[in-house]
Amino acid sequence: MSTETPLAPIGSTSAASPGPVQTQRRLPRFAAAGLFLAGVAVGALLSALTGFSLALTVLYGVVLGTLAVYAVSRQVEGRRKATDRLVTSLVSTAFAIAMVPLLSLVYTVLDRGLARLDASFFTNSMFRVVGEGGGAYHAIVGTVLITALTTLIAVPIGLLTAIYLVEYGTGRLKKAITFFVDVMTGIPSIVAGLFAFALFTLLFGNDVRLGLMGSVALAVLMIPVVVRSCEEVLKLVPNELREAAYALGVPKWRTVVKVVLPTAIAGLGTGITLAVARVIGETAPLLITVGLITGTNFNPFEGRMATLPVFAYYQLTQPGTATQAFIDRAWTAALVLIMLVMGLNVVARLISRLFAPKTGR
Amino acid sequence: MTATKAPTEPPVQRTVRRPGDRIFAGSAKGSGIFILIVLAGVAAFLISEALPALTAPADEIPGGEGLTAYIAPLILGTLLGAVLALIVATPLAVGIALFITYYAPRRVAAVLGYVVDLLAAIPSVVYGFWGLAVVAPRMVPFHEWAADNLSFLPFFAGPASTSGRTMFTVGLVLAVMILPIISAISREVFSQAPALHREAALALGATRWEMIRMAVLPYGKSGVIAGAMLGLGRALGETMAVAIILSGGAGATLNLISNSNPSTIASNIALRFPEATGLGVNTLIASGLVLFVITLVVNMLARWVVNRRADFSGAN
Repeated sequence: MSTETPLAPIGSTSAASPGPVQTQRRLPRFAAAGLFLAGVAVGALLSALTGFSLALTVLYGVVLGTLAVYAVSRQVEGRRKATDRLVTSLVSTAFAIAMVPLLSLVYTVLDRGLARLDASFFTNSMFRVVGEGGGAYHAIVGTVLITALTTLIAVPIGLLTAIYLVEYGTGRLKKAITFFVDVMTGIPSIVAGLFAFALFTLLFGNDVRLGLMGSVALAVLMIPVVVRSCEEVLKLVPNELREAAYALGVPKWRTVVKVVLPTAIAGLGTGITLAVARVIGETAPLLITVGLITGTNFNPFEGRMATLPVFAYYQLTQPGTATQAFIDRAWTAALVLIMLVMGLNVVARLISRLFAPKTGR
Repeated sequence: MTATKAPTEPPVQRTVRRPGDRIFAGSAKGSGIFILIVLAGVAAFLISEALPALTAPADEIPGGEGLTAYIAPLILGTLLGAVLALIVATPLAVGIALFITYYAPRRVAAVLGYVVDLLAAIPSVVYGFWGLAVVAPRMVPFHEWAADNLSFLPFFAGPASTSGRTMFTVGLVLAVMILPIISAISREVFSQAPALHREAALALGATRWEMIRMAVLPYGKSGVIAGAMLGLGRALGETMAVAIILSGGAGATLNLISNSNPSTIASNIALRFPEATGLGVNTLIASGLVLFVITLVVNMLARWVVNRRADFSGAN
């Protein structure tokens, strides 16, 4: 194999351009794509010979396609260019692989969840339902109430901490808070649930189950997310605005409330919405703190509540006699959950677009 | 007299402390300190509720052989799943991050990044559903193949599970779940690689890959490591996906493809807690404490790596 192609061009092609400028032989523009497709075709053939399966076709195809591109490029363009092409196809493949689970997951949830996505799913609870019918009304109510309560706890604490870190914080305390907020981001959700359980068990005795417990557990997970995103946004507020306010004799707290926060409102809204989206799908802490009931409970300070993720989990793992009805409800609950989270993500984007500070003159 | 006295006493410059300022600054500082208290409280309350299990005689612990014998296989299972996820996810995530930062057309790169981030938005219980319904059955042929051809490795000793609900499948699903975390952080550090270094490399005739190898990867290495450790922390603590997918036994084994995988700490808590009573609850909380300590150490190491890089990068 002639690995030194670019240094010693084959044949007489270099005769046309003497001097220091090297003529590099390059593959035509679409040659790489064509070679890759040829490899894929051979791969498909190969997998057809050994009993057709989609996964094997793709696997053989990608491997052979990549090898074909590499081999030809190495012959024509030399080792360095060939390695470059090899890495390009590896990197693109990595991205394609990441898309497979996303598409497969969305397809599966849509496919199985649409069966029960009807009005009764949103209007009926599971009270006295043992077979078909029933819905997730009680669970949706529970999820909304608990998430709202969580937001009420987490946002003031998180926002004030972010303000402290950006506007007031100095020295060791600031460093400690920043570090431990980061560390807190990594607390496993189940540990947050255990914390809420331990806290309320010590306060109210054994076997206590409240919506509030779930909110406390979720708040532990949500606070660091709120702090981080709000801190990033507040840092972006230009210092000139603060200095202009101080120069006019405005006290610091009014500067923060009237100048800094309104400037950053878009980013704050986006960050908080994303934080809500992060906790609304949490299952594990609610499983051990709030439990599940079949009826609707509007009071998060009294007794167990149903929540959408826990509802979905139990419908799937502990189906009753009419198994298929339970499994259908589970998938529909999962679909509603995904729609909630995706909806919140879209809302977050809209907020950042609609409330963005006007920079034009 | 009064006229000569005035200049000898210069007007005292005193900052005005308004009550509004004091209240606002105080409450901001207070919530910062409150967060530290909460974190300390998590540890304190877990310890206080785990204490009965730590001091109880061995035969009263579920399983009858003491706390260590109860938790050890769970720790093994937790590490096994998380490390497998990390091995699968890290190279993929680096590839994705490179693709988005340096290979994809500039215009679609932001959208592609957003699409990958969507993976992080999907609730873990839904990943569990998907893993159980889609991934596990599809992995059965691979399990059989591995049991036939790779059984000399302790990880693939077999016999192959016929349902696919094994630690191997769990590792793959966990890998998908931590992909967006690792790739988000890698993407950030890759895009921060100094433009001058990159352009210098290209100007010297480097191909794109050579530019990345010389200018981007050395710069982003610690970021990738930190991202991988954050992903590891997430994989260690992941609960619902594991609880739904894994049909775990009690044995402590390295075998990834049989039905007798050890469970993980988090999923064991989720599965046992609703029905646990008395000392069983304390035992589960004690195992939760172990998980808390493990993830805390991993996360602190990760943050330490990130912060050390921030000190040296000179980016600010």
